[in-house]
Amino acid sequence: MSAAAVSAWGVTALWLLIGLPALAGIALCVTGRRANAAAVPVSIGTAGLTVASAFVVASVRPSIEVPFVAGATFGLAVDGLSALIVPTVAVITLIILAFAAAEGTESPARFHGLMLIFAAAVAVTATATTIPALLFAWEIMGAMSYALIGFRWREDNRVSAGLTAFITTRLGDLGLYLAAGAALAGGAGMGLADLAAAPSPWRHLIAAGILMAAFGKAAQLPFSFWLSRAMEGPSPVSALLHSAAMVAMGGYLLLRLAPLLEVTGWAATTTAWVGALTALLLGAVAVAQHDLKQLLAASTAAQLGFVVLAAGVGSVAGGTTHLIAHASTKALLFLAAGAWLAALGTKQLPALRGAARRWPLVGVTFAVGALSLAGIAPLALWATKDQLLAGALETSPALYLVGLAAAALAAAYAGKALIIVWSHPLANARDEYDTEQRGTRHIGPWERVPLIVLAAGAALLGVLTLPPVGDLVRGVLGAESDPRPGPLELVGSAILALLVLGLVAWKRTPQPSWATNWLGLERMTRVVIVVPVLLVSQRLARFDDAVLDRGIHTAARAAVRGAGRLSWFDDHGLDAGATAAARGSIVTGSAAARADTDGVDAAVEAIADTARRFGVIARRPQTGQLHQYYAQITVVLAVAVILLLVLLLPVVR
Amino acid sequence: MLSLVVFLPVLTAVILVVVPRVSDRAARWAWLGIALIDLALLVGMWIGFDSPKPGALAYEERLQWMPSVGSSYHLGVDGLSLPLLTLTAVIFAACAVYALRENDRPRPQAALFLFLQSACLGVFAAQDLILFFVFFDLSLVGMYFVIAGWGHGNAARSALKFFLYTFLGSLALLLGFIGLYLGADPHTFDMVELARSAPFQDNPVAGGFVLAAILIGLAIKTPTFPFHTWLPPAHTDAPAIGSAVLAGVLLKMGTYGFVRIAMPLLPDAWRSWAWIIVVVGIVSVLYGALVALAQTDVKRMIAYTSVNHMGYIVLAVGAAGVVSNTSAQAQQLAVTGAVVQMVSHGLITSALFLLAGVLYERRQSYDLNAFGGLAAPAPRYAAFFATAAFASLGLPGFSGFIAEFQIFAGSIGTVPLSLLALPGILITAALFLLASQRLLTGKTRGLSTGFSDLNTTETLSIGSLLVLSVVIGVFPRFLLDVIEPAASVVVNLVGR
Repeated sequence: MSAAAVSAWGVTALWLLIGLPALAGIALCVTGRRANAAAVPVSIGTAGLTVASAFVVASVRPSIEVPFVAGATFGLAVDGLSALIVPTVAVITLIILAFAAAEGTESPARFHGLMLIFAAAVAVTATATTIPALLFAWEIMGAMSYALIGFRWREDNRVSAGLTAFITTRLGDLGLYLAAGAALAGGAGMGLADLAAAPSPWRHLIAAGILMAAFGKAAQLPFSFWLSRAMEGPSPVSALLHSAAMVAMGGYLLLRLAPLLEVTGWAATTTAWVGALTALLLGAVAVAQHDLKQLLAASTAAQLGFVVLAAGVGSVAGGTTHLIAHASTKALLFLAAGAWLAALGTKQLPALRGAARRWPLVGVTFAVGALSLAGIAPLALWATKDQLLAGALETSPALYLVGLAAAALAAAYAGKALIIVWSHPLANARDEYDTEQRGTRHIGPWERVPLIVLAAGAALLGVLTLPPVGDLVRGVLGAESDPRPGPLELVGSAILALLVLGLVAWKRTPQPSWATNWLGLERMTRVVIVVPVLLVSQRLARFDDAVLDRGIHTAARAAVRGAGRLSWFDDHGLDAGATAAARGSIVTGSAAARADTDGVDAAVEAIADTARRFGVIARRPQTGQLHQYYAQITVVLAVAVILLLVLLLPVVR
Repeated sequence: MLSLVVFLPVLTAVILVVVPRVSDRAARWAWLGIALIDLALLVGMWIGFDSPKPGALAYEERLQWMPSVGSSYHLGVDGLSLPLLTLTAVIFAACAVYALRENDRPRPQAALFLFLQSACLGVFAAQDLILFFVFFDLSLVGMYFVIAGWGHGNAARSALKFFLYTFLGSLALLLGFIGLYLGADPHTFDMVELARSAPFQDNPVAGGFVLAAILIGLAIKTPTFPFHTWLPPAHTDAPAIGSAVLAGVLLKMGTYGFVRIAMPLLPDAWRSWAWIIVVVGIVSVLYGALVALAQTDVKRMIAYTSVNHMGYIVLAVGAAGVVSNTSAQAQQLAVTGAVVQMVSHGLITSALFLLAGVLYERRQSYDLNAFGGLAAPAPRYAAFFATAAFASLGLPGFSGFIAEFQIFAGSIGTVPLSLLALPGILITAALFLLASQRLLTGKTRGLSTGFSDLNTTETLSIGSLLVLSVVIGVFPRFLLDVIEPAASVVVNLVGR
């Protein structure tokens, strides 16, 4: 095939990668209930074709630019980084959709439709080359996350959880609007690759905006709490959105923009430390959880912390491979947790004792995932984490130590979950089932196949960092010079993980309340932001009614009162004056000449009468009805303007 | 052609009124037919539209009217007015569809709306200040009768408040127009000539006063903080289609005035007052959003979000007047975004008001707390409301995003302080999701029980507005290609 034909294929595949899931998803959502029967075949078929497109674009590396707004195109392209991420996300999406289809869900058309739209948005996010394209997909991911967390909309708490997730991540998204404005002001354009070249004050604003958006999406500190609430969503949603794809896109954005972070200086340092601290603190939070999905959620934020740390220290290869390995591992763990939740009706860790023994295949795959998460050699996350920690060590030993401590915590929380599910069930285990939903006591074969595939990933993806594949990956990413972990670090971290695992098996893990309730972040946000905003909103609404609106009425009433005074003056001044004058003239008249002044007298009487009648007319507008006063004022104003017109026009002409 | 578009509805209205024994059914269909013909004519004009050179107009018509005062019958179209003319025709057509099942005096209602449509089209087509003013005031009269005649609740009082308040604004506007007339040499009310001569270039004090009068007039109409208090009662008591036209079309007359009259005709004064306009914009954005958050009446809530959405426009046109060295492109982006926002807000908010009207027609209540779990009995209603809510909060894929992205990028790019308005889109998101949650999700309770879903006419009218919002949101170029040249002309005129 000629080069032109290949690139045409690539462009087509890129359009298919985005367009297929987008159109199929919208069609399923719009058709609604009538499409329920077709939902699963359409969904799996579309996801399958998307995987094929993803591999084509990863090898051909096409790019698209469509005019969008003045000064910025809607640009999509596949480079080394997205060539690795796009197929990963596509494959995991397919696996999770297959699991969801096997598990079954209410309103399948709506569920699969939303998931497919989400998949399209992820594809755009991962390939975006300009800020408008990125923001476009970025916010759609957030909206789909809202709709999927609140998927069972009859239950208020789930919809509220979706709202918390959407608003918190949108708070971060504001950063992208800021970055767009700053990029425009800086004059370097809205291409993501050009942002690092923006001149000084703007470059810092751009970086600040990007950090905000990425931290929000990746559930880094201080935004992490929304991920806890997001666990109200169905398990396949947690597996795809809240571990493998959407949350991961926060880390991905920082990896993509690592050069920008580096040129600003402070942004790279901030990124590294926020990532490291999230890995550490959310690791502690994960250890303290007694709900399996909550544990996995906290662990997701912590593992994304490693990716963010990698972006901060410029270890793009480490961050990318960790992102990929984590996606497979965590999707596996969430699906296993979901399978148990559906079967046993609970995700509480104490109630899940022995769950792995009851379904050994699920238990084994869960064990592979948990051991990978714990950093046990030679599983995937062991190698990828050490790769990025090597970058941290080169930047700052303190950062490395924090990262190592976070890795130890990872071993602790993964070990805790693993040990509980494999321990012998208690005699009264049944009493603790069905606390959250009615369990089916059944895990079907088609739910197990996806777990096996993902477990293979969780076990083997470490090769992405190890020679010889590792060199290939670094070449694809253009990160040949990334620091590599020495044998001491690799062996040391593996031993550390084993030691911690042993410790957890030996002693119960502590569950301090600050860690159980996610560092009190949600409470803090409520106190510091939500409550004051609601209070201000109530106060302003009252101000609007009581002051602004009333003010208008007061002004109108003052005008009316002014008119009333004039009217009083009219009655008691002019009218009375006229009457008095009339009386006076009568007195004068009668005093002067009685006989032949009948005519004059009558005339004076007539004047007095007229004046009195005017008095009555002047009193008439005082109806006491506000709107009539308004009308009068308006008429007077109109007459005034017309007078002005009439008077002015001849003068100026 | 343009005159035909403007006057076709009112001529039909006259026929409906004059000819005896027109059946209700015939009146409804005549209204819809004419609205669709008018829309088709405008679509034809859009297809044939070729962006005129700076200072020129397309489809121009000019006849002598009052030569002694320098006023002529002057109509014309450019990239600022064509989108709004089309928006007007779209919204009136949607209202005509919605009203196909109306039983309350359909014949006079059809006549009134056709009259109102002509007045609104006239405002956006006028190129002469007196003509603009006449159409502007006729639209107030029409809307007064819509609210007073077909409203509910305290309709008479709300209608009067609406009329007097906005009429006061139009008097201020008239004062400003007279000032412009006096300042121009030779004296004229013609907008094109005024834009060319730009009066008060050497008299900043007089220019400031004239701009102040015009700004107050437009600010009341838009409305911006603190002149917005006529809006919530007018909406609450207006019929559904009245609210849709009021929010979708009439509010745009204020913002259109900024880009059509205030900016190009008084560039010096605009530049020196730009900071104040930016501040008013930011305050309107935040204030409108915060007050809307506290509302429990769905129509009042939407009304206050209009203050918020109009605030973005004010912010953008203000930022476009702030002089800076780097920003010609950012300013153009801001003005383009402002015009897109006018179109977008028209489509989305009209849809929201029609949806609110459905609540009232079924249950005589706008109280969010009285409903709940509406998604079960009325899934289509729920889907439409949620879609409109997401569109209104500026989700990408809808027209609001195209508008707000450009407004924010352009405004922050010119005046970095504009970022203070960013929380507005967050609060708006929160309030729309909260309202959707109260209304649609959870257990079905209260007034939701037995709520019948959207019927065909409701689906068609509201659906077409939302579909248009999506079309603009996904394929914005057809709209932006029309607006961008005109926006750049405005920016150049302000910057001279």
